Amino acid sequence: MMSRPSLLACMAATSWLLIAGDAVAGDADAITASNAWIRVLPGDLPAGAFANFTNASDHAVALTGASSIRYGQAMLHRSSTEGGMGRMETVDKLEIPAHGSAKLSPGAYHVMLMHAKPAVVPGDNVVLTLSFADGSHKDVTFQARPANAL
Amino acid sequence: MKLPRAWVLAFGLTLALLAGCHHEAQPSWRLTDVSGHLPDLAFKLTDDNGKTVTAADYRGKVLLVYFGYTHCPDVCPLTLAHLHVVMQRLGAKADDARILFVSVDPARDTPQTMHAYVNAFDKRAVGLVGPDKDIEALAKRLRSAYTREPDKGDGAYDVSHSSAIYLFDRDGKARVLATPSASQDDMVHDVSLLIDLGAKA
Repeated sequence: MMSRPSLLACMAATSWLLIAGDAVAGDADAITASNAWIRVLPGDLPAGAFANFTNASDHAVALTGASSIRYGQAMLHRSSTEGGMGRMETVDKLEIPAHGSAKLSPGAYHVMLMHAKPAVVPGDNVVLTLSFADGSHKDVTFQARPANAL
Repeated sequence: MKLPRAWVLAFGLTLALLAGCHHEAQPSWRLTDVSGHLPDLAFKLTDDNGKTVTAADYRGKVLLVYFGYTHCPDVCPLTLAHLHVVMQRLGAKADDARILFVSVDPARDTPQTMHAYVNAFDKRAVGLVGPDKDIEALAKRLRSAYTREPDKGDGAYDVSHSSAIYLFDRDGKARVLATPSASQDDMVHDVSLLIDLGAKA
């Protein structure tokens, strides 16, 4: 049996580890990602990353960005073809409603990935670290798929 | 028996009219019919093999013309991926069709980058590049538009562009217009009809 002081020390150490660790407890824990993939384009052209998210918590969670050691830059974007014009805009967040779902999908919200190093090819698994509004993070593995994947 | 000359003439005229009617019979398009509302396809640009080409080089093929650019990470690849599936579903017939992907980003798109790009989608896709004035002339001809958006800092920029897909018959006449959200079934249906129409020549 553990003495009370050492139990306390243990708890302190554990919580410290939780804070220091990459997966800080928070909104990220409520989010489940599925069907995460990247459309790979030839050369050093920017790629789009897509995924479905569900939020198990009772409050809305905002995805605010992403990063990856495989890409120089990652930005949250939204494309649209409203009014017959194809255009793209930078957005601050993708809201995932309480007990609901939202997705990054072709022709809509997506993460634009630029300057892969080394080049990402179809079949690769690429980890993106997703950031949420409360400062929490989540690592999600995205599968690289060919340019003409749907 | 000798038919009166007038009857022969009338008969001939009727035949000619019938033939005319038959030729003009409008196929039942599922996409937006633009026949007679847009000028014939005309351009002089450089293809993704670095060769100077004109619209006449593609006479005899049904053409799916789409404006875009290679640094477009989402809408253009999505549209081209859809067009690839349409071509796949057409099977052997697709050999009579070509996708013409016209770059609205003359500053960054070269025949080389276009070559790698279009071939990543479909082997029957052709990338076309040209100086701004030539691209603009083609866009204007097709009532299309594009705008280079302000630089995002590190020299990166987006280009907003008309997202329509123009379908031309084998004679280079504009026939139907599709939006990027058009169903693949409708696209396959209309491209197939266009291929069946054949060429006048």
